[in-house]
Amino acid sequence: MEAKAKTMKNVLKILEKDARTPPEKIATMTGLSRDEVANIIAQAEKDKTIVKYKTIVDWSRMGDDQVMALIEVKTVPRRDVGFDAIAERIYSFPQVHSVYLVSGTYDLQIQVVGKTIQEIGEFVSEKLSTLDSIQGTVTHFLLKKYKEDGEVLHPGEKNNRLVASP
Amino acid sequence: MVISSKQNKIHKNHASQRVRQISPSGIRKYFDLISPDVISLGIGEPDFTTPWNIREAAIYSLEKGFTMYTSNYGIPELREEVSRELERLYGLRYDPKTELIITVGVSEGVDLVMRAIIDPGDEVIMTDPCYVAYQPAVTLSGGIPVLVPTDQEHEFTLPASEVEKRINSNTRALLIGYPSNPTGAVMTREGLLQLADVARRNDLLVVSDEIYNRLVYGVEYTCFAALPGMKERTILLGGFSKSYAMTGWRVGFAAAPAGIIENMMKIHQYTTMCAPIMGQMAAVEALKHGEDSVQEMVESYDWRRRVMLKGLRDIGLTCFEPRGAFYCFPSIKKTGLTSEEFSERLLKEEQVLVIHGSTFGKCGEGHVRCCYATSMPNIEKALERMGRFVSRLI
Ligand SMILES: Cc1ncc(COP(=O)(O)O)c(C=O)c1O
Repeated sequence: MEAKAKTMKNVLKILEKDARTPPEKIATMTGLSRDEVANIIAQAEKDKTIVKYKTIVDWSRMGDDQVMALIEVKTVPRRDVGFDAIAERIYSFPQVHSVYLVSGTYDLQIQVVGKTIQEIGEFVSEKLSTLDSIQGTVTHFLLKKYKEDGEVLHPGEKNNRLVASP
Repeated sequence: MVISSKQNKIHKNHASQRVRQISPSGIRKYFDLISPDVISLGIGEPDFTTPWNIREAAIYSLEKGFTMYTSNYGIPELREEVSRELERLYGLRYDPKTELIITVGVSEGVDLVMRAIIDPGDEVIMTDPCYVAYQPAVTLSGGIPVLVPTDQEHEFTLPASEVEKRINSNTRALLIGYPSNPTGAVMTREGLLQLADVARRNDLLVVSDEIYNRLVYGVEYTCFAALPGMKERTILLGGFSKSYAMTGWRVGFAAAPAGIIENMMKIHQYTTMCAPIMGQMAAVEALKHGEDSVQEMVESYDWRRRVMLKGLRDIGLTCFEPRGAFYCFPSIKKTGLTSEEFSERLLKEEQVLVIHGSTFGKCGEGHVRCCYATSMPNIEKALERMGRFVSRLI
């Protein structure tokens, strides 16, 4: 890999693990100067390599009941625009968290968040399945989150190392 | 009371001369001094758990009933994988049937090789400081460890000229361990070539403990056995504990000329029979599908290495840049304390555990070993506490 791409990747990986790592510390961790780090980040923010900084929240700990559903969507792709047009129609709804085009027996996998099961049910029956190019949907309500974005939410493993070893 | 002191006496009287010559590891005393608030930089093992695919392979092998003894040399598939790995990394070719043996970690490898090559009175040259097991392994084989002082000024590398000065008709082998525990030092190819030259001219065997071979940062790694003419006189010890975070599995290997492996196997077959089969099965998976995990762990160690190095220097301690393993070995001479006083007081006053350098040899005095295989927040907190401690002294 080109050296420049490698240093850039290094910085991005650190931020991906902890977006709050200050540039000074990233500089120490990578051996770059503070300015170099700041430039890399600015560039990545500008060209949208860094899409956004956000926080993984375990809302269940706040007693905030949120309902999430994974929905399989089968569509009829249209000439010229393929899946893009229908995907855009879907992702424009604010309650839609993510939209993926996937291979297999259906086309789009979407994640929808709502306050209650009814709310999501309404969204599916009124908004989603009534769209023109949608052939059918299958809704799976999410029961428990174990791991999200690479983070285990309720780790079960302890570190059992001795306190000192040769 | 009377009985126990009598028993003690009996035990003393029955202690062999050899075992009397070695003392228990200086690390053990810290176990009694630990409270929950302590941040330990005193652990010589990865803070990662073994990557899941490796654990899963071991679970699967248990489910399939792999619970037996294996060949004394280790399971053939693992020897083949080790052979492939050494060829992939260094272009070395070892015959998996005759030139490799799977051991119970590098720990057993060190012991086997010393017992296989040493006669009473034979001398083995090694660095001071060095890994805690080297001297006892030589002593227990009836040999004599001959120490070459190394220092911070030369980044704890081993100068060929100093080795040469200590060679006499009893010298049997040179024992090196780079990247080094405790110093984190790595030898350059040039430095190793000079040692190779000394070994060749004086017909020495070279035991090279390369357990940290994958943990090097920003420098080229040179395998000693891969130097011209060295394969025929090198016993290469390699492991899984550090590169794959597999300390508890107890697997390692030795690669050497067939005659030497045969002799090591003779001891191994009577003393341990084989490395645990679960560990061996896991090691196969590590070599087959572990590379991404290695890269990821190395990257993460490197980040932490730089943070610790800078932190130690900011505190005011001198520290050369360690290029391997996961240790910094700063000098604490400025504080006016011995390394043992430093460690004990740091632990008592600021609840940070570092290992006093004198555990690793006289020349480790004036230094402490700080392991950065612990979480970044721990490293930062530990540095803050050490900073407070040091500022009270200098
Ligand atoms: C230099 C060195 N050699 C050997 C060992 C022992 O390794 P293993 O777990 O393979 O027995 C260690 C472990 O700390 C080490 O640091």
